[in-house]
Amino acid sequence: MSHEYHDLPFWRKYIFSTDHKMIGLQYGITAWIFLLLGFCMVLLMRWQLAYPGQPLPLIGGWFGEDRMPGGIMLPEFYNQLGAMHGTIMVFMGIVPLAVGAFGNYIVPLQIGAPDMAFPKLNMTSYLCYLAGGVVMLASFFLPGGAASSGWTSYPPLAVIAPIGQTAWIIGMVFLISSSLLGALNFIVTIFQLRAPGMTWMRLPFFVWAQLVTAFLLLLAFPPLEAGAVMQLMDRVAHTSFFMPAGLIVSGQHVVNTGGGSVLLWQHLFWFLAHPEVYVLILPAMGIVTEIIANNIRKPIWGLKSMTYSIIAIGFLSFVVWAHHMYITNMGTAISAFFQTTTMIISIPSVIILTCLFISLWGGSIRFNTSMLFALAFLPMFGIGGLTGLPLGLATPDIHLHDTYYVIGHFHYVVAPGTIFALFAGIYYWFPKITGRKMNEVLGQLHFWPSLVCMNFIFFPMLIQGLAGVSRRLYDGGASYAHAQPVLYLNVVMSTAAFIMAAAQFFFIINLFWSMFKGKKVTSDNPWEATTLEWATPTPPGHGNFEHPVTVYRGPYEYSVPGAPKDFSPQCEP
Amino acid sequence: MEIPYIVEERPDTGFNNATLGIWLFLSSEVMLFGALFSSYILLRAGAAHWPSGASILNIPLATLNTFILVFSSIAMVFAWAGTKQGNLPQFKKWMAVCLLCGLGFLVIKTFEYKMKFAHHMFPSTSTFLALYFTMTGLHALHIIGGLIVNSYLWGPGSKMFQEDQRHFSHRVEIAGIYWHFVDLLWIIFLFPVLYLL
Repeated sequence: MSHEYHDLPFWRKYIFSTDHKMIGLQYGITAWIFLLLGFCMVLLMRWQLAYPGQPLPLIGGWFGEDRMPGGIMLPEFYNQLGAMHGTIMVFMGIVPLAVGAFGNYIVPLQIGAPDMAFPKLNMTSYLCYLAGGVVMLASFFLPGGAASSGWTSYPPLAVIAPIGQTAWIIGMVFLISSSLLGALNFIVTIFQLRAPGMTWMRLPFFVWAQLVTAFLLLLAFPPLEAGAVMQLMDRVAHTSFFMPAGLIVSGQHVVNTGGGSVLLWQHLFWFLAHPEVYVLILPAMGIVTEIIANNIRKPIWGLKSMTYSIIAIGFLSFVVWAHHMYITNMGTAISAFFQTTTMIISIPSVIILTCLFISLWGGSIRFNTSMLFALAFLPMFGIGGLTGLPLGLATPDIHLHDTYYVIGHFHYVVAPGTIFALFAGIYYWFPKITGRKMNEVLGQLHFWPSLVCMNFIFFPMLIQGLAGVSRRLYDGGASYAHAQPVLYLNVVMSTAAFIMAAAQFFFIINLFWSMFKGKKVTSDNPWEATTLEWATPTPPGHGNFEHPVTVYRGPYEYSVPGAPKDFSPQCEP
Repeated sequence: MEIPYIVEERPDTGFNNATLGIWLFLSSEVMLFGALFSSYILLRAGAAHWPSGASILNIPLATLNTFILVFSSIAMVFAWAGTKQGNLPQFKKWMAVCLLCGLGFLVIKTFEYKMKFAHHMFPSTSTFLALYFTMTGLHALHIIGGLIVNSYLWGPGSKMFQEDQRHFSHRVEIAGIYWHFVDLLWIIFLFPVLYLL
């Protein structure tokens, strides 16, 4: 079987591949490129925020007279960058990386499956994602540029925006189709293709995380698709799903007849986008749990309650969406309901985090690079989660809504949270994919500056937000009186962002250097781990396992008393 | 290792892969049309006045379309029974009927759209018409998707009948589940909500 696969022509093996590992790598490479692009966009914005109105040195002339004349960013271009930074990071960077790449590569291996249940759907899912990404990027070259109404695309602004917004909608439809196909593939794979003996409670936590994530993607994305279709109709056919009557823009009546509801879009959008937040974080928790279990050499404390918690999060995440809408006039009764559910959903999240913290107690911890990233995830996600509580309560949210506090809060969850977990995952699974370990020195050079800079970027945002600085200011607050006491922080944040960008070069160098020159692993299980992906050859061939596997034990049986080694793999009787 | 449970059921879940997959897909479709229905409720509840469907839309034509879809679903069942019983001609005959019904539905729908346009009723005319065109248009796209799959099974796809009758029958079953869903969407959701309420 594996021999046949190697004989496939180039385009079948690398481009239109149906092998879950190749598709995982395709997803991974594409998503890292998008992540890098999204990061570069925000670096441009950070220059403008720290030094508003000053020409960008060196590369300022690259962007053309209609975007940055003389190297000075136009407000329209700033808005495009802001909207596309959010869209790219969420829909084309982190989700495809956490689910498409890690999920595709690791889930079938961890459950002892030969491949995903529907390999051709898997390929279609990647190609839809690629098409959506290309449409999104190409929209920068349309007249009026890319979408500029924020990643949330609130009407009426989004409906009257230039043509780039239409491209945004079409790109989103591709991305939604992609994640729909991926999600149902994951669910069927996890239900149907578990190896004999792999009962539900023996599933590694990463697989549980992916399963819950897949359900969120499956059920939460369609309402946004409905919303996207309606917004497309509003833009193209001049319907008024989201358009109020009598709207006047630049002194002219808008052609839409009116009678629609602006709030309707917000409901449809956040019905997706709040579960989406958990789509961003749950796979990260899964990755971190795998790495922590492996590097503390003892069982995860409270694994069962973690599993129940993640299921609870999955259900609850569908009933918290309107906490993004407290300052719309939807009414105090509804606000009271949604702030209650929001407080409830923080409980299972705290359970998971607490279990991981307690697991560290008494372990003989191996501080390799992947473990450092995984450990850093815990307090960083902790800050992100706890700063969310004031936002989840309707009253403090009135003050904090749409300030930099919100930006600081969710970036703490997603940037030093999820992205650190993704880095940890790369360092951890790299030997399985390439047969070589990544360099530890370069890894540390990557980790420490990233950790410090992340906090210097995002903590000042919390301070600025508490001072009342709005998140939508093109000049970073320079022209606002109440922003003056905290204005100096803009330079701090931007400097930290530029240093962090420099630190990422250590990662890129490490990635390519280790791929060809890294230390070769001597066994298929270099980290002495228990889960099934390490029972495959390195790298796994087509069909993954050389012999059918049977599972005999739970996922993290480390240091079992009386066992011959300090790890008891799941597939050994 | 080959992918297991393509045709036979996994004992502990009681499903084979594609059956579980199509039901998951339909659950997401329910969310899609559920969101549209919620939007309908919200927009209608917030509207100052709302036209009755009968005053704008053509109920006799839509009733005819409803019966066409009911009949196409029945034809689908006979086609599937043909594959189960090893009777390829029966499959071919009833699948052709099913396809013709689907096409007939689209022809009548196009005719209805044309009548609306002739009377200067466009999606932009009112929120009711916007919902009508969006929902029925999205449903028509689903019908077209079903027609593509069904005509593949009727045409080139039916070669599989000789090689692996069980697998082919299974494929028809999956396509049938989707087709029934799309029919039901019209019969119990779009037709009553838009035309009768």
